[in-house]
Amino acid sequence: MDLLLQYTLVFTSVLTLVALGGCFSEHSGVINIGLEGIMVIGALGGSLVLKYMSAATPAIWVVLATVGVAIAAGVIYSLLLGVASITFKADQTLVGTAMNMLGVAAATVAVKSINIAETMGSNNSPKVIYSGVKDKLLMAPGTEYSWFLVFAVILLIASYIVLYKTKFGLRLQACGEHPQAAASVGINVVKMRYAGVMISGALGGLGGIVYITAGVSQWQFDVGVAGFGFLSLAVMIFGQWKPVRIVLAALLFGLFRALGSVYTGFDFLNNLNIPKSVYNMLPYIVSLIVLALSSKRSRAPKAEGIPYDKGMR
Amino acid sequence: MKKFLKNKAVQSILAALLCIIVGVLVGYIVLLLIEPKGAGEAITGVLKNFFSRKSAGLRTKELGNTLVKTMPLILCSLSILFAYKVGLFNIGAAGQYVIGAGACLYFALQLQLPWYICLLAAILAGALLAGISGLLKAYCNVNEVISGIMLNWISLYAVNALMAPFAPVGKKDTIEISAVNPGALLPRLGLDKLFNGNTKVTIALPITIIVAVLIWILLEKTKLGYELRATGLNKNAAKYCGMKEKRNIILTMLIAGALAGAAAGLYFLSGFKEWDINQSSVPGMGFNGIAGAFLGGLNPIGAIFSSFFIQHITDGGALNLNTQSYPPQIADLISAIIIYLCGFVLFFKMTMNRVIARSDERKLQKQKAVEANTEGGKK
Repeated sequence: MDLLLQYTLVFTSVLTLVALGGCFSEHSGVINIGLEGIMVIGALGGSLVLKYMSAATPAIWVVLATVGVAIAAGVIYSLLLGVASITFKADQTLVGTAMNMLGVAAATVAVKSINIAETMGSNNSPKVIYSGVKDKLLMAPGTEYSWFLVFAVILLIASYIVLYKTKFGLRLQACGEHPQAAASVGINVVKMRYAGVMISGALGGLGGIVYITAGVSQWQFDVGVAGFGFLSLAVMIFGQWKPVRIVLAALLFGLFRALGSVYTGFDFLNNLNIPKSVYNMLPYIVSLIVLALSSKRSRAPKAEGIPYDKGMR
Repeated sequence: MKKFLKNKAVQSILAALLCIIVGVLVGYIVLLLIEPKGAGEAITGVLKNFFSRKSAGLRTKELGNTLVKTMPLILCSLSILFAYKVGLFNIGAAGQYVIGAGACLYFALQLQLPWYICLLAAILAGALLAGISGLLKAYCNVNEVISGIMLNWISLYAVNALMAPFAPVGKKDTIEISAVNPGALLPRLGLDKLFNGNTKVTIALPITIIVAVLIWILLEKTKLGYELRATGLNKNAAKYCGMKEKRNIILTMLIAGALAGAAAGLYFLSGFKEWDINQSSVPGMGFNGIAGAFLGGLNPIGAIFSSFFIQHITDGGALNLNTQSYPPQIADLISAIIIYLCGFVLFFKMTMNRVIARSDERKLQKQKAVEANTEGGKK
């Protein structure tokens, strides 16, 4: 039971972080399908820091360096979306999809090349091993409670305040609802949209490293982050683009995802003899049903997905 | 020259070439970063694919292999471009491909049915899965991208579970169709002889090309195609004109899903590959179809050539790269960059048209000025 709680909390915090990222981007008016790719790149940056850190480094530096690099990697990668969809008015779904494919391909190429170079060609696996310093990420040894959970809580509160209580947040939301109206009162829509996309890059990158350090100490980068970015998008939609609802939605999805990881520890679930693939499918099936029930009265930002055109009415 | 550049087809081809050149260039730079020595050889290896083989016989045989894999890619591209013309982004093609593979293999291995029934099963399975996305979009307002992605994962795990009993103990691949039910393999009609006895080359080749032409005719030359495209351009206007936009959305998804399902059927029933029951990520065929569709300028005939190119470099990466110094995924990287660049195509075309229009205008003004001068002289 304890294990289920731990995993639920970890997955919930990942889903919350990434869904909040999507929330910022979409409130500014840019659909961010590329969150999956952003997570992969953030995870890649963070895990490489962990891999090269010496075991003697104090825990606080390990945590800060990992978080910093993961966020920076996510932000830089998210600029691919920003430049294409804001400056060049590209199709946001197409660019996002390309970023997902590019993220996995680039991470696989990078990790394989590193492994090849380190072993003179004998090891060409897409695996990063960071068992050396992974324990330093944990608040209490022997559990899955990492310091990242603290970050998730802080960022959640910060997001709520930024979105609803600051000038910046309200202006950002205006750009996603009616950019021309926002522009008419002197808001720089392009700048705001870049800000939204970059914040989503930061949160997505952080979510990526939190996800791949949950319970494991190595990661195969050729599977990306196994659809977690997409699950986060479902969480965001189910959460109606609102931070507090997003946490509740993330809890539900996190629970089902955690069940798939730890169901073998429950006697009554084991006795039901449900194949593992059903547990793997569960979060996706649940999200599909939930979306079908909740999308009708969707509160999506009105202008999301539409490139900003000054001359449009 | 200007008239030539104004032609839409020419612009699409120019844009595609530009995407390819930039994509390959970035790939080359990445190779240089990994290991400068041999990078030139590596990138030419990727681009050469089967041309690197010494004997002509081996070359045609490898060409056959690339073509066998190109056919499902063309169909996936068609699936995506067909949906895109109607304003739907069928990212679920990957899952429709997966479920199609599961269906045709189940009909071939378990039910021991002949090839045409297995193929039909694949087509229906793909169509049904896409139909779910269509229904959700039309009646529940669920974005087809999100539902498609969810269904991709669901079908992957479902097919893995469905195929598990057909994998020999300790093996990750299912048993070969030829060993259990040779009647489920697609007929070859002598096509294998064209490719130096490559027995995997089947009627999948002509079928795919015919389907591509049919899709072009459906989209450009029929009333239904016109209605579907109108729905894609402006859903509300189409509704106002009395077109049933809900029906059109569902119908489009059914056709797109059928295409992706057919892709899997034609591929797995050629016996080229078995299903790997341990795969933990959705097969890339459906996603590469996005590259094929957009690189081909969203034209069914263009998709044939662009899909061949994508498969050509993917095979080139697998065939000619020395895995002890370069990862073969370099080819995936190049195709991903090409898709990314396809996002800029609209901007590229707009800029080109603007430049042409501006120079036209300048010419007109000059002409007017000259006329004004001569008129002035007369007075």
